[in-house]
Amino acid sequence: MAPATSELVRPPCLKFKGNLVAITTLELLYYDPTGLSEALEEKIAQAPALFTNHPIILSLEKYDDAEVPLPDLRMIQSVVRNAGMILVGIRADAPEQISEAQKAGLPVFPPAKNGRSPETTEANAEDMGRSTETSSAPKQEEAPATRSAAPAELPTPQNLVITQPVRSGQQIYARGGDLIVLAPVSAGAELLADGNIHVYAPLRGRALAGVRGLESARIFCQSLEAELVSIAGQYKISEDLTGPHWKRPTQITLNGEKLSLTDI
Amino acid sequence: MSKIIVVTSGKGGVGKTTTSASIATGLALRGHKTVVIDFDVGLRNLDLIMNCERRVVYDFVNVINGEAALSQALIKDKHSDKLFILPASQTRDKDALTQEGVEKVLNELSKTFDYIVCDSPAGIEHGALMALYFADEAVVVTNPEVSSVRDSDRILGIIHSKSKRAAMGLEPIKEHLLLTRYSPERVKRGEMLSVQDVEEILSIPLLGVIPESQSVLTASNQGVPVIHDEISDAGQAYLDAVARLLGESKEHRFLDLPKKGFFKRMFGGTA
Ligand SMILES: Nc1ncnc2c1ncn2[C@@H]1O[C@H](COP(=O)(O)OP(=O)(O)OP(=O)(O)O)[C@@H](O)[C@H]1O
Ligand SMILES: [Mg+2]
Repeated sequence: MAPATSELVRPPCLKFKGNLVAITTLELLYYDPTGLSEALEEKIAQAPALFTNHPIILSLEKYDDAEVPLPDLRMIQSVVRNAGMILVGIRADAPEQISEAQKAGLPVFPPAKNGRSPETTEANAEDMGRSTETSSAPKQEEAPATRSAAPAELPTPQNLVITQPVRSGQQIYARGGDLIVLAPVSAGAELLADGNIHVYAPLRGRALAGVRGLESARIFCQSLEAELVSIAGQYKISEDLTGPHWKRPTQITLNGEKLSLTDI
Repeated sequence: MSKIIVVTSGKGGVGKTTTSASIATGLALRGHKTVVIDFDVGLRNLDLIMNCERRVVYDFVNVINGEAALSQALIKDKHSDKLFILPASQTRDKDALTQEGVEKVLNELSKTFDYIVCDSPAGIEHGALMALYFADEAVVVTNPEVSSVRDSDRILGIIHSKSKRAAMGLEPIKEHLLLTRYSPERVKRGEMLSVQDVEEILSIPLLGVIPESQSVLTASNQGVPVIHDEISDAGQAYLDAVARLLGESKEHRFLDLPKKGFFKRMFGGTA
């Protein structure tokens, strides 16, 4: 009887939790392992502390190479590893690509093609120095002084200041720093930051602070009308936000595993 | 220098073609040499509203492909000698609009026209991108409902990030909000968003509010752009919008329910 009781009172050893994590996506357009290797190394040299052991997803959605119809994923995996980053999966929908990924032991994620934020992958691809044919990153991404390479040893926080409205379908990511937005953020838009997010206007879209796990990250907004807010993966959707803080200046912090809202 | 104005919306059926026809006509009525281009390849519409469908011989795609000269494809409007229409092809698809081809045609048109009005297809795909890519100004046509506002918001993001002006780091496209099919009555009943709601969400300057009006349907069935109907509320609202586009300041009208007169108040609205 005793063992049975202890079995009963013992808490389960795991919990399933819904979590959102932002991961850099590399968009491969054609097969060029040397070019890929150079681009990755260059990126790491700019900010070693930020990119070493950085997880990466490889997107094959726009892959179009007549000479190499199916890229050698094991080769790419080792190129990425040699550059000091970690390939954690593939984004693809063609059956040959999926079976190739399975052979290489890589998880397959569904394509973002028809998803909410096609701009994102391209913005990230650009971030990683792997250029796409036309960069469709929101124009704000080119805000001054935000894309300057950090000095090799001392990565300074890369804060991003946006002065234009962030519209539905756009996504902005402040990698390695805070995101400060001085204009409305529409429903259907998404803000991401490794640090804090400040919105000095109505926040109607999604805001994800501390996307690489910083639990002390905070979200500040002048009017809370968000579809979703998240800190370090813990999130609340608008249903949970429509209370006394709705449409009011609000601060959101993470306390333990709970997001708390306070007036500002 | 000619000015390129795109009439766009994201969402379909909100009144882009109606607006393109009336704004182009209005600019011509004000003495500006104007051409209106139908970018809705495959779904010709503008020529019906402008009542010139039987005079279409060559179209926009023919000109892009070098199968016809621009002068052969341009159709002169029946009402105004300052207005021309460049119709869309009915038999091709939107991929026939290449960026180089569109640019070549626009460059040639800008030599002789003051205004080039581009009637965009719905959506955010190739055809819509081509219509807005070279624009100097954008008229974003929106209906007072959530889905239309969301799509307008989306198209504004694209105007900001994917137009030529954005790509070249030039001064951004000048954006105008045109709220169409507005019904103060339905706003009052809470069935539609108000002007203020839409302005607040999109936060771009308001060019005009076009009321929901039977006259639009009548006009399009007759093939006469509604702006010619100066007695109708929609016609007047378009005249005001054109004046504002030309830099004049005009107070917004048709935003509220008409005030009931003494008799109506006393005896009720209907006889
Ligand atoms: N102010 C208005 N009042 C009443 N009906 C209107 C008004 N504006 C447009 N309409 C009607 O709405 C319908 C769609 O208009 P229109 O063809 O101009 O839209 P569109 O945005 O060009 O559509 P599409 O996306 O298919 O090109 C037409 O039947 C038109 O007569
Ligand atoms: Mg149309």
